[in-house]
Formats: sequence, structure tokens, C-alpha cells
Amino acid sequence: MTLALEIPKLTIGSIREGLLKRRFSATELTREALRFAEAENPKTNAYLHFCPERALSAARSVDEKLARGEDPGLLAGVPVAVKDVIVTKGVRTTAASKMLADYIPPYDATAVECLDAAGAVILGKTNCDEFAMGSSNENSAFGPVRNPVDPERVPGGSSGGSAAAVAQGTAVVSLGSDTGGSVRQPASFCGVVGLTPTYGRVSRYGLIAFASSLDHIGVVARNVSDTATLLQVIAGRDERDSTSAAVPVPDYMAALNGGVRGMKIGLPREYFKDPDSETSKLVLDGVEVLKRLGCEVREISMPHTEYAVAAYYIICTAEASSNLARYDGVRYTFRSRDSETLADMYRNTRGEGFGAECKRRIMLGTYVLSAGYYDAYYLKAQKVRTLIARDFTEAFREVDALIAPVSPFPAFKLGEKLDDPMQMYLSDIYTITASLAGVPCMSVPCGVTSGGLPVGMQILTRHFDEAGMLRLAYAFERNRA
Amino acid sequence: MSSHVLPDTEVLARYEAVIGLEVHVQLATRSKIYCACPTSFGDPPNTNVCPVCLGLPGALPVLNRAAVEMAMKAAMALNCRIRPVSRLARKNYFYPDLPKGYQISQYDEPLAEHGYIEVTSGGSRRRIGITRIHLEDDAGKSLHEGFSDSSRYTYVDLNRSGTPLIEIVSEPDIRTSEEAYEYLTALKQVLQYIGVSTCDMEKGHLRCDANVSVRPRGETKFGTKAEVKNLNSFRFLKQALDYEISRQVSLIESGEEVIQETRLYDPDTGETVGMRSKEHAHDYRYFPEPDLLPLTISDEWRERVRAEMPELPAQKRARFIETYGLREYDAQVLTATRELSEYFERVAEVSGDARAAANWVMGDLAAALNAEGKEISESPVSAEQLGELVALISKGEISGKMAKDIFQKMLATGESARAIVEREGLRQISDTGELEALINQVLEQHPRQVEQYRSGKTQVLGYLVGQVMKASRGQANPAAVNKLLRAKLG
Ligand SMILES: [Zn+2]
Repeated sequence: MTLALEIPKLTIGSIREGLLKRRFSATELTREALRFAEAENPKTNAYLHFCPERALSAARSVDEKLARGEDPGLLAGVPVAVKDVIVTKGVRTTAASKMLADYIPPYDATAVECLDAAGAVILGKTNCDEFAMGSSNENSAFGPVRNPVDPERVPGGSSGGSAAAVAQGTAVVSLGSDTGGSVRQPASFCGVVGLTPTYGRVSRYGLIAFASSLDHIGVVARNVSDTATLLQVIAGRDERDSTSAAVPVPDYMAALNGGVRGMKIGLPREYFKDPDSETSKLVLDGVEVLKRLGCEVREISMPHTEYAVAAYYIICTAEASSNLARYDGVRYTFRSRDSETLADMYRNTRGEGFGAECKRRIMLGTYVLSAGYYDAYYLKAQKVRTLIARDFTEAFREVDALIAPVSPFPAFKLGEKLDDPMQMYLSDIYTITASLAGVPCMSVPCGVTSGGLPVGMQILTRHFDEAGMLRLAYAFERNRA
Repeated sequence: MSSHVLPDTEVLARYEAVIGLEVHVQLATRSKIYCACPTSFGDPPNTNVCPVCLGLPGALPVLNRAAVEMAMKAAMALNCRIRPVSRLARKNYFYPDLPKGYQISQYDEPLAEHGYIEVTSGGSRRRIGITRIHLEDDAGKSLHEGFSDSSRYTYVDLNRSGTPLIEIVSEPDIRTSEEAYEYLTALKQVLQYIGVSTCDMEKGHLRCDANVSVRPRGETKFGTKAEVKNLNSFRFLKQALDYEISRQVSLIESGEEVIQETRLYDPDTGETVGMRSKEHAHDYRYFPEPDLLPLTISDEWRERVRAEMPELPAQKRARFIETYGLREYDAQVLTATRELSEYFERVAEVSGDARAAANWVMGDLAAALNAEGKEISESPVSAEQLGELVALISKGEISGKMAKDIFQKMLATGESARAIVEREGLRQISDTGELEALINQVLEQHPRQVEQYRSGKTQVLGYLVGQVMKASRGQANPAAVNKLLRAKLG
């Protein structure tokens, strides 16, 4: 098989083998991967831009290490896509916003430094909802992303480009970001694996903030093993992010092969309100597989789930309204021309530079933090957040993992929910509870609907138990029919 | 806003002012509060910057522990209670030199609360309450002038962005502009003492705003307050408060109302002017900073910082009186700054004569420095050198009069007292044998005065002493001469 044909099927393991056996060099692979990705990209618009120079320079350094007999790193030569809300030194980083259309960061995010150090080859930056705000990738200033499974449908969001690129084969793995489900939901819609680690497990330094207390960098891959490897590379304490945790990072790849027999699984009844839906059925079929593997399954209750959407959209918009204040036209952003006064310059710049969803959230967030409303909205939402976190603590006293759907429905059609932001917000119901609690969670493909659309099964575990979560996902992946 | 006819002192005397001060103090850390950039002053614009203090997308703050420790020291010096857990909070507003669109400050859970400072005003000591002390980052600077296109553009320099500040908020315990002046003076003295700030007002290291209201004497309710900004020198503070108090009194006297507003002090006119309401109608939308963990100060950390606290001015004053037997006033003067107090203590130590040391430091040295416009830190005579000079007097090796001449030479040349004494042969003659020879010589030359003395006109003794001093070219020990002469004339 020629290298070009192999590209969409490559895994971290097959690349490592190919490089070590000298079947191809990292430079050859990178050239081929770039050629393939650039050719395929118009089908999905998954990438916003490529960075061939940076990619080839990374590849050359892998080849040099191999030539010197040095360890080229866990991700040596692996073509990676990075969501365009994660800053890359010298490579345009737009957050899919007109506001940052020409912004070239002078520094790398910590996660990107980790990729570099592990020998990864960043091919380019992936499309997403503007400033990661959205669940369909239709809020990009540079056009929506199409689902590789069905181009009439959305890939999910906000990390739609990162999921689509991996599903399409134009990247082996990718970095996304997850604030309320933005890695898991697109992974589910595109039929790939998406993992969001514990809050504090991966540094947020260099992740363009949407809602700081909820933002996570997450990973997307075509299988659980690659997911584990990518997480291994980016996890760990970072002095530059005060909220990153000084918890030792276990060997995730080694953890994959432990058994799951006797593992206790909880099914929160609040997540299966519609047991007859195709999505619920596919997830419950998945649970049967786990039962066969010796897991003990029981139903549990997460009583505060119904308040999660409201609490989430108050907290995330409040933080967003502050995080997005820096895009004011004064320094590196887009600036509206010909404003008479400073106030006009602010108004025009922000009016023209932000898309509708960003403006909606800035206004909501400004409102909930305003004098006289803070207690009724923001403070109350924080209390709900505490109760939801407590639901998880209680649940994890009884069980080792929770299984739930990722989304109430599979990928929907472009434009289908665009006019109804409330419907769009409500569709995040199954993912935002984990975001509020900061527990690790992932989406693993568990089947397709009668219409051929992928559905993901969500696994959630205790804080910092990514190893247990990956082990369960790996066992499921290997044993599902 | 029309100018007001200001009320006369009789009318003013019927009112009482209620003043609270908000003082921003720049902490003397080497690096900024949320990044590692240097805090140095006067570098080319936008050179001491990084992604964090530029507010670049994706950058995150990391709290500088040195800034926290300095704030803790300020809190301890101002008798505040330090919270075991406090919180950083975002204060949101738009301004071109505020790169993040918010300051990271503290709101409802500040670092420290419930303190006080003692001030002396009108001869009596009073406690002024400190409501709170909190940490925050400074903004950059907008440069409106100095560029060829300044008529059209404002430039922004972000070197100052992220410089650590503490804000010290007083209770509304201040009643007069003099008291406000004394409060700020005491605050500055304490903060300089503990080394947390240079408090250099000209460099903006100490900035002051005031909340001012007036009420008829005897009234217990507060009047409507105005916030007066831009009180950035001690002189302006007093002038602005006096003006504002008069303005409010005259409004009330003429049946008008004081409106709650922000007013800007204009040093050129000496008046305060109301700012257009739009400019200060801020809702800062404070909320806890999600990028930083709550600031936890353990007992251990707090006590370690407490152990590093230097002696405070009030403690030092008491010790100077106790240990050195100084008068209250002298102790006050000598503890005005930490540098002066340390200089004095060194002179006292080297000389072994604290009282004489105090007199020299407050007398000849202070006069010399004043004449040159120099600070104690710039003294051409070191504390060790002055101590040696005082010791020479105490031991009787030189006379006080000689010492004054020697001190002038020390000032001019920087030489040590002993070097000057030895080079110029300026030692004091106390040796009895040597003095007797001189006395015998003088007595022989002045038989008439000897006769007068012996016949009861003892006042000629002074003349004879003077003659002996003259014969010794000023080097004779006058006390010894006096004693020996009396014995001889006996
Ligand atoms: Zn900096």
C-alpha cells in the first residue's frame, strides 16, 4: 500500500512502526499528510489554515533524532490538528472569529509545547464555533464545518473541525477544547473518540478563554489507545496555570490493559428520560457489552441534573463577558475604521468583530453579573454548581463510572437549529454536568442509527481517574460487536 | 459648574467634615504581580511586557508571592486582621491602557480588614480605622502628548501594566484636612519603614482619593458624600479637601443639596470639578477570578512573614525614649524615617553617647544636609564617622568647639575625624603637667588679674581661663583649666 493511501488509517502505533522500520521518514509522511489534508479539506472545511513550514520543520527534527538514534518522542511524526482556540507561535490563531482574523500569537500554548516536545507534527488549525461558543460549528466566522459522515449535517461543536479532521483522516489525532461538551459531542457526531480530562489535568495556558472555570483542553482520536497516548503527552502540572493540579500523571497506556471485571457502573436515570430513542438504545446496548465483561451495572440518581443547563449558561456567559473584554480594537484585534470617539471605536469594533452568538453570550453574561442581578443569577448558579458536583461525589461513592448518552440526538442538519438558540443550549444537557463538576469524561463510538449516523457513549469517572475511564473505554472498544 | 462663594470660618466652624481616604500604594517587588516581568521605571515603552501583562489571548495570571508578603506586612503594620482565605476578583471596565478589560483585584473577601493607625493631629493622638487592604494590578499608561500625531492618536505604554498595588481604605474617621494630611504622612512613614513601598508620590507610587461629606456639628448621620480624585501630593490633598469642605458647606448654607458624584481636583485652580456622570457610572461587575485559586494564608506563612517584620516607628520611638533616655520630641524626629533612625542608632552605638549622638544628628548634621538639600542616605559623613567624632568629644580628646570645625572639614573632604585631628595636631590638652605649664605662664603674664582674684574679684577667672585657652590655641580642656586655675589661685 502506498503511503498516500495509508494516510486516513494511520495510528500513532503504525506511524511509530513505519518510522522505526524506515518505511517512511517523518518528512515524507508530513508532505503526504499535508497534501492529503489540503486536498480533502474543502469537503468539510475542518481546517481553517495549514502550517506547512512549522509541520515540516517538526518532521525534520524527528528525522534527525531518528538518524542520531535518539528517542523521537511518543508522538514522533504524528500528524496532529489543533483547534484554533489554542495559540501557536507564529501560526495564525483566530478562534474562528473575525476579531482575531489576522492574529499571530508570539507564544505556544503549554499543550502545544508538549506536542512539540513529543515529536508531533502540527499540520494546521481547525475550525470551530467562534470562541468555542456553540454546539454545531455553525458559529464560525469562516464558514461551518460539514460532518464527514454526511456533509448535509453538522459535525457538532464547538470542536467540530478537530472531530471532523480525525474522522475524515486528515489528522491522526487532534486537540480540541471542551467547555460544556465541545469535545465529546462532536466526537459522538463524527464517530470518533473524544476525551475531556479532569479540570486541572491539562494546562489551559494558551487556550483562548471562553469560560475559565469550565474550559478544558481535550483530545480527539480514532481509537482509545491513541487517545490515551495524546493525553499522556499533554497532561501534568504547569506553573503558568494556577488551576492546573499537582497530581502525578499515571501511565495511561499501561492502564488500558487492566481488566474491568467487577467495575461498578452507574446509569443515572435523569440521563435516560427518553429510553426509546435510538440514541438511548444504542447506549444501553453498549452497557450490555460492559455487563458481559463483568461490570456490575446499577441505576442511580443525579437529582440536580435538570438545573444544569440554566446554571451552566449563567456561569459560562458571565465568565465569557469578562474574558472577551480584551478584544476591544486597541491592540491586536480587528479594529473598526473611522470611529469618532473611543466609545464608538469600542462599540463598532465589537459590533462588527463578534458574531451573533458571541454577542448574545456577552450580553447575557454582562446582565447576570450586573449590580442587583448578581445574587439572583450568578451566585445562585454557583450554588447549583456545588449541588451538581455533590451529585457526582455521591454517585462515585457507589460506582466507579457512569455511563450516559453524549447528546439526546445524533448529528442534525446544517441550519436545522440555528434559529433556536434555546433548543441548541438544551441539547448540551448530558455533557454540561460533567463540565460543571470538573470530572473526566469521554465519548466512545457505540454504534450508528438506522440512518447511519454515529452515536457516542459517554463515560464519566472520578476526578483524576482518567486511567479507569480509558480502561473501560478500551475494553468496550475491543469487545463491542 | 458655577464657582461658589466660599463660606467664612465662622460658618465653617458650625460644620464637621467626614473624610475617608482610599490610598493606592505601589509595592516594591522586583517583578509584576501576575507575571515575571520587571517593575523597573523609565524603560522604553512596551519593553517590560509579556503575554500575561499584555493581556494576550490564552495567557493566565500567576500570583506573585512576594507581592502577597508585602501586602501582609502592610496589613500587620496597620494592625489589620489577615484573612486565612481571601479571593482575587475581576473588576471589569473598558479602558485603552487596561489590556485585559478587567483588573484582577479583590472584592468581598479582601486580604486584610479591621485595622487602624495612630496619628497625631492638633497635639492629640487619634486612631483612624483601616477598613480593608486588598491586592490588585495596575493598568498601563495612556500617552496623550509628546508624539508628532498626538493631536489624533493616543499611545499606550504597558510597562506599568501588572505592577502590584495595594489599596488601603480608611474608615470615615478623618475630620479635618490636617488630619487627612497626618494620616497620609503616618501611612507613608509606616509603609516606607517596612520596606513595602517607596511611597514616591511623584512617581505615582502613592495615589490618593477621598470620600468627603459634611454635617452640622452634633449631627450623627452622614451627609451625602462626593468622591474627590487626583489628590496626588500632600499639598493637593489638603487644598482639595479644604476646597471641597467649603464647597459642600456653602451648598448646604444656600439651601442646595450636595449630590453624590465623582469630582476631580484641578491643581491649577485649586478647585474640584464634577466629572460628567457617564465617566464614572461604572458597574464593575465584580466576580471571583476563575484563573486563580483562592489565596490561602496559613498560620505558618503568616508567622514567618511576621517574624521578618522590622520595628515599626511607634515601637522604635518608645524604645529610643526607654533605652537612650531621649526626649519624646527627639525620639519623634529621629524616627521620622527608617534611614534616619538607623543612622542615629549607628552613631549612638559607635560613639557610646546616645544623647550627644542625638544632638549631633538633629543639630549640625541636619543643618548641613538641609543646606545641601540632601537626604540622610546621601550624607557625606557616614554614621560611623560621626560616631567617631562624638566619641572623641566624649572621651575629652577634643573640645566641642574643635569638633564643630572638624565636622565642617569632614563634610568637605569626607575624611575621618581622627585623620583630621592627627594631621592638624588638634588634640585637646587634658594632661595636668602640660596644662600647669601653660597656666603658670599665663599667671606670670597677668599679675594684676591674679591680684584682683585674690582680693575677691573672682569673676576675672573667666578671663584667665580664656587666656590659657588662647595660649593653647584652643586645645586645652576648658574644664580641666578651670579646675587647675582655681586650685592655683586658691
Ligand atoms: Zn508580563
